[in-house]
Amino acid sequence: MLTTALILLPVVGALVVAATPLPRATTAGLAFLVALMEVALWIVAASRFDFDDGGLQLGTSREWAESFGISYSVGFYGFSLWLTGAAVIVSAAAIGYAVWVGRDRPRAYHALMLLLTGAMVATFAAQDLLLFYVSFEAMLIPLYVLVGVWGGARRQVATLTFVVYTMAGSLLMLASVVAFGVTQGTFSLTESGTSDNVWIFLGFAIAFAIKAPLFPFHGWLPLAYREAPVEVAAVLSAVVSKTAIYGFLRIGVPKFPEPADDLSGVILVLAAAGLVYGSLLAFRAPDLRGVVAYSSIAQMGLITLGVFAFDDLGLDGAVLQSVAHGLVSASMFLLVGMVEHRCGTGQLASLGGMARGRPVLATVVLVAGMIALAVPGSATFAGEFLIMAGVYGQGWGYSAVVALGIVLAAMYTLRVISAILHVEPGVAVRDEALDLRTSELALVLPMMLVLLVLSAWPALVSESAFPANNATQAVLEAFR
Amino acid sequence: MIDTPSVDWLALSPTVALLCASGVALLATVIVPAWMRRGIAAATALAGFVVAAVLAGIVFDETPTPEILLDGSMVRDQLAAFAQVVLAVTGAVVVLVSWSEDRRDNHGEYYALLAAAGAGMVFFVGAENLMTLFLGLEWFSLCLYILVAIDSERETSLEAGLKYLIVGGFGSAVLLFGAAFVYGATGELSFAEIAVADTTSDAFLLTGLAMILAGLAFKVSAAPFHMWTPDVYQGAPSSVTAFMAAATKTAALVVTLRVLVTAFPDQSEIWTIAVAVLVCASLVWGNLAALAQSDVKRLLAYSSISHAGFMLMAIAANSERGGEALLYYLVPYTAMSVGAFAVVAARERELGRPVTLESLAGLGWERPWHGIAMWTFMLGMAGFPLTGGMFGKLFVFSAAYDSGDWWLVLVGVAATAVSLAYYLNVVRWMYMRTGPELRLVPAGGSPPRDSALSVAIGAGVLVTVGSFFAVQPILDVAADAAASLPF
Repeated sequence: MLTTALILLPVVGALVVAATPLPRATTAGLAFLVALMEVALWIVAASRFDFDDGGLQLGTSREWAESFGISYSVGFYGFSLWLTGAAVIVSAAAIGYAVWVGRDRPRAYHALMLLLTGAMVATFAAQDLLLFYVSFEAMLIPLYVLVGVWGGARRQVATLTFVVYTMAGSLLMLASVVAFGVTQGTFSLTESGTSDNVWIFLGFAIAFAIKAPLFPFHGWLPLAYREAPVEVAAVLSAVVSKTAIYGFLRIGVPKFPEPADDLSGVILVLAAAGLVYGSLLAFRAPDLRGVVAYSSIAQMGLITLGVFAFDDLGLDGAVLQSVAHGLVSASMFLLVGMVEHRCGTGQLASLGGMARGRPVLATVVLVAGMIALAVPGSATFAGEFLIMAGVYGQGWGYSAVVALGIVLAAMYTLRVISAILHVEPGVAVRDEALDLRTSELALVLPMMLVLLVLSAWPALVSESAFPANNATQAVLEAFR
Repeated sequence: MIDTPSVDWLALSPTVALLCASGVALLATVIVPAWMRRGIAAATALAGFVVAAVLAGIVFDETPTPEILLDGSMVRDQLAAFAQVVLAVTGAVVVLVSWSEDRRDNHGEYYALLAAAGAGMVFFVGAENLMTLFLGLEWFSLCLYILVAIDSERETSLEAGLKYLIVGGFGSAVLLFGAAFVYGATGELSFAEIAVADTTSDAFLLTGLAMILAGLAFKVSAAPFHMWTPDVYQGAPSSVTAFMAAATKTAALVVTLRVLVTAFPDQSEIWTIAVAVLVCASLVWGNLAALAQSDVKRLLAYSSISHAGFMLMAIAANSERGGEALLYYLVPYTAMSVGAFAVVAARERELGRPVTLESLAGLGWERPWHGIAMWTFMLGMAGFPLTGGMFGKLFVFSAAYDSGDWWLVLVGVAATAVSLAYYLNVVRWMYMRTGPELRLVPAGGSPPRDSALSVAIGAGVLVTVGSFFAVQPILDVAADAAASLPF
């Protein structure tokens, strides 16, 4: 019931927000309240969750289209609960940011944001292939409008590319869902067996590769991340991309062990290439959002390396890194939004020198940046280290690439930090541009605190993502 | 003394109810004072459709096994009853759509013809031999020819009527010719007898089969027999277009399924390929041509061609699962297409001119309910979740995959991908452009309140979304209906 409540709360909230004609501020406040309630509900769920038990928990199952073997089945495993946690926190921060900016047409805007939250949670909770497909697709509907209506100047091109790419993947996945469900006679993920059909696996893999996105399926990303409202970009890079990781962990690998193993070489090479390529582009990007966007490609490549390491450490690391990267990139995007709000531009050439007289901004940007570049001791370092250790079994070269990725991350992150904070004051930085306000700080600080907690105690996530030290077995056998 | 066959009046009651409604509506034009005509005629037609739907529901309930009626000319089974319910409900919603449509003083004739066309379709889906098949087809077609041209003061309406008459007449002739070939080859008229008859000439039988299929494909508006569709859908009054898109297609598809499965089971290897060709042609041509449209009714016309392709895919599967998928698909499809044309009709009345994509600009913000409704219909047609359109596509694809036509699934998936471009384009125009930006001026102030139309649109949304959540009940009914065919 708790899982269903987690899905339904934002959806019902969305309907209420959309249907009630309230003043602007009240509407926005109501939406934010719902998002906070969602976080509270997640905390309740986490407190009732037994992390030592590797099985499906908080599960519910209802008949839906039983003659086709389709049911409404939801529930959480350790790793999906953590991913959901990151999702609800990031959603709350994003909605809070939208409240602070005061988006136009607040009823429609906040209803769509809440709908998106519900769809994301449903994706992470889905234990039926069709329900997964439905939620995966349902995320696209609000995203399409959020980017297309509230986005920047080139929003229409951005939405078009985004939708074309994503739908191409989704429809391949639909074909695979049909083929898998019909062959198995059930769409339930807990009841169906495995398949050794490479084509069906490829349909899923390409859909996830586009959503993540993995190199070379990332064509939609730069434009979408640049043109989306900044908090939507935060949700896209922090959470929506992680649905692909969930897909790999819950469907791609457990349901297709042989094809996944056969193709793991290709996927690992592409992921490694994406890691390097994304990092290099992030280093060359001329604007703030470009840096964060391309670094997302790099990070998704890294996480995919962890998944396809087929190793306990790699899988634990992939989950930890997914959560940590979600929180870091959401914080970074919101900070980017705050800087852009002050300076009216995100071009690195016009920024600089913002540290002077703005201590809070400087501190927060620096801390977020340090975590993003995986400084030893941070949660991201723990994640990257686990992935590096895990992927060693697949070949030392991959570990070397991960190490290279960490170095490159340091390069592009330090470049962007100094471009914002240090050197001479840029042309767009006026003296009137204030330091972070309390309300802004309140949006970023919770995420930073969670990150600091995870930095101090990464095992909180990495040891509870899968049943005790047995991630490979869990993914390969228990999820079948 | 001539032997008269015993008549099962209950099985015929939906047809009779609609014929009565038609007669009363026609009488109303003569004996009722002018100011009351519209209301009385519309209410009569509405009552006729509702009663027909209820009666068809009773027939569905009381017909566990198929029965042949009237010396083998009609059949009483759950398939026919299911289709009759869909047709009658569609008709009732179309009455609501046309309730406040502006036209000269021919409301009585309009509703009489609408009810008569409904009666014809309801009769058509119960046809069990080639004579009643042709009779039913001509019955509703003749009514539709006039309905399309009923706004005779508009040139486009007349033009559309003429085109439909010529092309439709040709289609009927092809069907009749095909029926003659089949009769010649087998000496039988009844579907069940044709299936078991000794054929004198396979060539004649196959020619006949091909021509019957072609004749029905005209009515289904499957490519390459779709040429009339865009022009007629565009020119006809929007409510008539809604009726044609939803009801004509339903009737023709159900009959196609019945004829192919009951009369030609031995030729199934040939006709499944023929239908698969129709599927590919419709999906390719319908979707590609829709991309280039700026008139919304034309766009929806091409979209309906592509939907014909999807639904024929279920027939090409030639399995009980396929029949089930087709019947399920019809439920959200009829709701979405009637609903979409209803929104177009509303905009048309507001602006006083044909609705292009440009004139949808800002609709989503100005008329939030119409916007959300249109959004639902477009997403539903594109097969997005939270609408029955998604399950329709899923079931059709499953049926095709189950019958080994995995390549048809891929064609369908590719077609869906293309279709997104124009469905989302409608959404884009409604929400991402605004009216003032394009200087759109409503014809005369804000539109009049039209509760009948709102009810119609609301019913469309309800069924579109409802069929997503309540899949199983619809699926159960569809499975019962599909089970009355000898797969």
